[in-house]
Amino acid sequence: MDDTTLDGNAAGGILREIFPFEMTLAEGTCAHCGSTRVVGELTVYKSAMGTVMRCPTCDNVLMRIVSTKGRYWLDMQGVRVLHIKTEP
Amino acid sequence: MASLILDVPGWTGHLAGQHVDVRLTADDGYQAERSYSIASPPEDGQQLILTIERLDDGEVSPYLTEELRVGDKLELRGPIGGYFVWEERLGGPLLLIAGGSGIVPLMAMIRHRRAVGSPIPARLLASFRTYEDIIYRDELEREAEAGMALEVIHTLTRTQPPGWTGYSRRIDAELLREVAWPVEQHPLAYICGPTPFVETAAAALLPLGYEPTRIKTERFGPTGGS
Repeated sequence: MDDTTLDGNAAGGILREIFPFEMTLAEGTCAHCGSTRVVGELTVYKSAMGTVMRCPTCDNVLMRIVSTKGRYWLDMQGVRVLHIKTEP
Repeated sequence: MASLILDVPGWTGHLAGQHVDVRLTADDGYQAERSYSIASPPEDGQQLILTIERLDDGEVSPYLTEELRVGDKLELRGPIGGYFVWEERLGGPLLLIAGGSGIVPLMAMIRHRRAVGSPIPARLLASFRTYEDIIYRDELEREAEAGMALEVIHTLTRTQPPGWTGYSRRIDAELLREVAWPVEQHPLAYICGPTPFVETAAAALLPLGYEPTRIKTERFGPTGGS
């Protein structure tokens, strides 16, 4: 794991723009290994290309978010279930 | 390091440990955005304090720490984060472990704890390179001496001043064994700093019997502040 690795807290901002809930507490189930983690615990890489969230257990890419002018692109094929709590 | 005090009209409140995203837009429309932890407690109302480390090659932090003037406006998004937060109902005792500027969200927890008069004991272990790098030194010293059940332990990893009585090395398993609350007390740990620092500290708590669910972590990008 290198110095540019972040965690799911760093994805909270862009997720909050897309979803109307606090997303660092949402739980994602990895489509590859099946482990379930809160978004705040995921491994996150941010670059000019976008935000990539990986499973801390198996390193599978759970979600990719790219923001361009006027739109978001979400690639969610790596997350089997996203469990979002609507109340704290 | 610089602490910015921001008036945020309409701020609906935050929890200790949350952050905001600050977005800067250049005249040509180019945008840069960074996350900064909130250093002030929720009790400060519509005033937010962000403590920001200036990164020499940064796009945003040199502007915020050097160019920003009183009266300038900033675009904020937040508060963000529900994972790395502490409220009194979550209990303790608290073990707060900071690498460099990773101390900022932990400071919000310490200030919140003081503001609500919480009797929950707290222990802060903070790692910096040199004595001059220590952030919030005076405030923490005062509070530790005031009998607020706060213990402050520093380790200086690069150079130590003459007569230094604190630790003088990077945080490792042995250091944590000496400093961490016994697991029987059901401690709650918060670790914030650069990624390798957080990995090391979190891994070292597990053999002590800390429950993974009672260890909260927040990783920074490359600040090298430990």
